[in-house]
Amino acid sequence: MKKAFIDQNLCVACGCCLTACKLNAVSIPKGVCAMVDYSKCVGCGMCAKKCPASLITIKEESANE
Amino acid sequence: MNKKKWYDYLWIFSTLYIILGFFNILFAWLGWICFITPLVISITQGTKGYCNRYCGRGQLFSMLGGRFGLSRKKDMPRWMVSPYFRYGFLIFFFTMFFLMLWNTYLVFAGADLKQVVTLFWTFKVPWHWAYHGTLFSPGVAQFAFGFYSMMLTSTLLGIITMVLFKPRSWCVYCPMGTMTQMICKIKAHEK
Ligand code: SF4
Ligand code: SF4
Ligand code: SF4
Repeated sequence: MKKAFIDQNLCVACGCCLTACKLNAVSIPKGVCAMVDYSKCVGCGMCAKKCPASLITIKEESANE
Repeated sequence: MNKKKWYDYLWIFSTLYIILGFFNILFAWLGWICFITPLVISITQGTKGYCNRYCGRGQLFSMLGGRFGLSRKKDMPRWMVSPYFRYGFLIFFFTMFFLMLWNTYLVFAGADLKQVVTLFWTFKVPWHWAYHGTLFSPGVAQFAFGFYSMMLTSTLLGIITMVLFKPRSWCVYCPMGTMTQMICKIKAHEK
């Protein structure tokens, strides 16, 4: 299944992805950078579209390992 | 979940702020709210709650660029996303901010009030029509002109990058956003 992957080193914690995700899969703990809850994310890509820094890629979960 | 909350309307405040500056420059003082609030939230809560929720400017850009289609929705150049540029811009912005405070001080100390709004830290635009005198020292008005210059310049920069790139591109290099994230990072590190 496809999931959202965030480049956390460059994330500015603006929260655009947070408001874009209808499933509440994104959080920004401690205001540092955005994180995806993979048990909730369905890989719809809404967050990736909204990220002003274009840091979110949607890809197969296994591709990250 | 999609129900609008009171804070979803804060873009009205941001728009009003810019408009009021065309009528009476002293309203520029209200800009302190957009300076103090994010700092207080990041220092006390250790979150970017301001950016994530309450920032009217971010909402305004996402509305204009999103619903009103005023953005090309293209990727920003990578150098603009880099920490070098973001922190560099933060330093530049605050240097100019302190220079503005210095100019205000000079007027408090007796220098002449300059009724201009300086755009992009360079172009001086006559703005005397928004000044109707002040009950206080001319320095109070000088600060208002300086502060409004900064707010209008950053709004224009934000609009330019909104049109060229994504709606909220400004948020990538917004000095308040960078600074609050920096505070959050330091706080998270301490624990
Ligand atoms: S891909 Fe969709 S579900 Fe996953 S975090 Fe992004 S917006 Fe939420
Ligand atoms: S939209 Fe992009 S830059 Fe902003 S918090 Fe999400 S991943 Fe980070
Ligand atoms: S980054 Fe700046 S403009 Fe964007 S939401 Fe935060 S304070 Fe507002």
